[in-house]
Amino acid sequence: MSDLNTQAVARYKNNFLREVEERVEEGNMVKMCMQCGVCAGSCPFGPHWQHSPQKIFMMIRAGKREEVLSSDSMWMCTSCYNCIVRCPRKLPITHIMHGLANYAHRLNLAAKGQPTRDVARLFWNNLMKTGRINELTFSLGLYFKDGFIQGIKNSLAMQAAGLGLLKAKRLNPMEIFGGHKCKEKSGIHRMIAKAREIEDRRRGLA
Amino acid sequence: MADNKFAAYICSGCGIGDAFKMAALEKVATKEGKMSMVKSHPFLCNAEGVQMIRDDIANEAVTHICIAACSRRAKTEAFNFPTVAMSRANLREGVLWVVAAGAEHDEVRQEMAEDYIRMGCAEIKKMNLPKGNANRDQTRNKSILVVGGGMTGMTAALAAAEAGYEIVLVEKTDALGGFAARLWKRVPFSGPYAAPQATGVAEMAASIGANARIKVHLNTTVAETGGAPGRFKIKLATESGSVSELTVGAIVQASGFTPYDIGKLPELGGGQANVVDQAGLEALAKAANGGAIKRADGKDIKSVVFVQCAGQRDETGTHLPYCSGHCCATSIKQAMYFKDANPEVDTVVMYDDLRVPGMGEDFYRSAQQKGVIFTKGKASKVTGGDSCKVEFADLILDEQTSIDADLVVLATGQVANAGVNLDAWTEVNTLAEGGDEGAKQKRTEMKTISILNLDYRQGPDVPQFKHGFADSHFICFPYETRRTGIYAAGPMRRPMDMLQATEDATGAAMKAIQAVENAAAGRAAHPRAGDLSYPIARLEGCTQCKRCTVECPFGAIDEDEKRFPVFNEERCRRCGTCMGACPVRVISFENYSCDTVGMQVKAVNVPDEDEEKPRILILACENDAYPALDMAGVQRLTYSAYVRAIPVRCLGSVNTIWITDALNQGFDGVMMMGCKKGDDYQCHFVKGSEMAYYRMSKIGDTLTQLGLEPERVVTEEVAITDNARVAKLINDYAAQINDIGLSPMKGFG
Repeated sequence: MSDLNTQAVARYKNNFLREVEERVEEGNMVKMCMQCGVCAGSCPFGPHWQHSPQKIFMMIRAGKREEVLSSDSMWMCTSCYNCIVRCPRKLPITHIMHGLANYAHRLNLAAKGQPTRDVARLFWNNLMKTGRINELTFSLGLYFKDGFIQGIKNSLAMQAAGLGLLKAKRLNPMEIFGGHKCKEKSGIHRMIAKAREIEDRRRGLA
Repeated sequence: MADNKFAAYICSGCGIGDAFKMAALEKVATKEGKMSMVKSHPFLCNAEGVQMIRDDIANEAVTHICIAACSRRAKTEAFNFPTVAMSRANLREGVLWVVAAGAEHDEVRQEMAEDYIRMGCAEIKKMNLPKGNANRDQTRNKSILVVGGGMTGMTAALAAAEAGYEIVLVEKTDALGGFAARLWKRVPFSGPYAAPQATGVAEMAASIGANARIKVHLNTTVAETGGAPGRFKIKLATESGSVSELTVGAIVQASGFTPYDIGKLPELGGGQANVVDQAGLEALAKAANGGAIKRADGKDIKSVVFVQCAGQRDETGTHLPYCSGHCCATSIKQAMYFKDANPEVDTVVMYDDLRVPGMGEDFYRSAQQKGVIFTKGKASKVTGGDSCKVEFADLILDEQTSIDADLVVLATGQVANAGVNLDAWTEVNTLAEGGDEGAKQKRTEMKTISILNLDYRQGPDVPQFKHGFADSHFICFPYETRRTGIYAAGPMRRPMDMLQATEDATGAAMKAIQAVENAAAGRAAHPRAGDLSYPIARLEGCTQCKRCTVECPFGAIDEDEKRFPVFNEERCRRCGTCMGACPVRVISFENYSCDTVGMQVKAVNVPDEDEEKPRILILACENDAYPALDMAGVQRLTYSAYVRAIPVRCLGSVNTIWITDALNQGFDGVMMMGCKKGDDYQCHFVKGSEMAYYRMSKIGDTLTQLGLEPERVVTEEVAITDNARVAKLINDYAAQINDIGLSPMKGFG
């Protein structure tokens, strides 16, 4: 993964804006930001993350590559779309934030230990195993992600919810043995691989 | 006077007949008003009522009429009798609609109406039909002088020529075009506002050359301007020293601007290599002629930083305190020069607030599309040289940082070429007239930057408003200067871009056309456009105190060699400030004089002290305050029935004799209502209300000497929209007078 980063640095030199324009979803709209700050004022998570979208866009234009890609901001976006609705310049801010998160992840520069990123990674890996999400292994994976002791604690804390789900037949304990799968797992894998190939080619990541 | 026949017409329509005892009103007009004919009509403003008046004028030789009906501002088309003098008694908006309903108010309501009839009759007795400027034969020149051959001047010349007027276009350099000719391209005038446009200077200059109505004088300046609208005497001086004389009807001054001196900005690299102002960048772009712009040392430019607000919006008092309005769009345009030639050039516009008026927002977006980077930051230091460096505070990321660049462009502001600052001039001139040799020399030095070289008593150029610009009231009368017939346009009026300058030019051209037409017809110009009255001075009574010549807001009055005032009727706006100033009351208009108002004051029936009915005189400016009073009536807002309102042309025209008369007669209070004064003034005669405030500030001592409370005379600023406020002001003042008690002067008058 760091190869990708080295390549990107070599390719774009100091022009981070161009890198974003070419490689990040809707990145070509970053230059249209007029720094009014309406997005920053509209974000319900405003005080809780490192940089507002306004600052992220200014940092991109100022070439602050490391700071942007390792920021926790884009991982904190809950896709409420307040900013998109209010942006007077019609920037698809939510999409750009997710695009930046994705790109930072691909380059392995994203914030380490960022909970949203960890959940996303767990979810994706779980999904790719069978082509379906296995709720039991996914939630157990989430509980135990910080070690065995913490995992037991987390499980006990969620005990009542788990038993309730069992009673209501919303949770099948047999799923622990692999669970149900989609019909042709390899087909799903091939499809995803192809999609990524196309996407990477478009973004110059191949 | 023998031939004068006075008639009063009282309307009983709109409920007047129900609310008032009509017979009593008629009796007042006949017995006290001494009208030789008094008629009532149930609907005076309809065709029949108007015909009745017309018939009397035609058959009964009526020369002076008093119409007692609605406000003088209402039904002006119906009550339009240009051959007779007319006064209006405001029974409807002034009494009926503002006095509280109910039988308990019948008495005061009737008294108020009777007073207004007395006042209307008293006024008409002193009025004459204005006949217009008697010298109008000599003010029929309709050609227009345009001073300045830049974008503004050329546009004004073409616009006025197209309207059929002869133009004299004077340009001090050897070519038309002004600052616009120094540009490579201009900010677009028309959609899609995406790219710079050709300046259009050459085409305009060509169409001026081809226009038979426009005579161009290059290398020429205005050596002297005398006279007045319709008869300006101009001396033109060429570089070679030859002087020619001509007469014009009006003047459009389009003397443009000078970029703020970059040398005054050493901290921003002013004077260092590869740090230029916007004009400097235009010169480099012209040299490149469409190719890649190179530095003065011939090197390629890979990165350029535009520093906005350089030496502008300065709060320290060192540089220009204002925003010049055009520079953001100009820098955007210049960044496009680079991006359009080579998208790989890094262009950064460093701004504090990006201000792109008009359709500039589209232009800004287009620049963003082209990859121009906009950084919100404040440059603290620029270092020039082979590799320039801009140190700045990033206002978004809140950090001190820097950018390197091959070239730095400073967006310096516009400094008006508006000529001599008259405030400074007046000081020096007063000393010089006192015989001070140093002041005489300074006066000569000051005059070297004069644009018009007016021979007016009040100084050689048009008065400046703020920051050296010759602006006027920016909404109501933008192109007016305080010199009638001389109109300011373009960046000498206020900072602006080229498109705004062309709009200004057409506006000023239109005002100049109005001025010559009004002068030819012997009428006043804005704001009393069409007024045929003009000031008459009984010079045998004049004490040469010079107050009229100094206080006239429009410099209309000069002095002859014996120091008597010389009235230039065409320059006069008919505000009456001279009349208000005159301590010996020798200045008057045919239909507006110390007597027309003074007799109204005296006509009011002031009740004896034991009746406990106070009387309050309101002198209301006819431009804003009187309409506000009318509108209060229209909205049926009630106010005290003890007030008697008289409209005045401007508070500046209020002569203190009226106030003295009113107080002597037993009035308990005097309210003066005028427009807002000061920097954001609303006075239609610019300085009139300010003058009134100044004069009234001196009246307090006099009141105390008379044994009267200073609160008996108050001055209020009233805007035309202050309908509710004006009613409240009156009621509050009536309550205050009630607290102070009735005037001790009653019964002595």
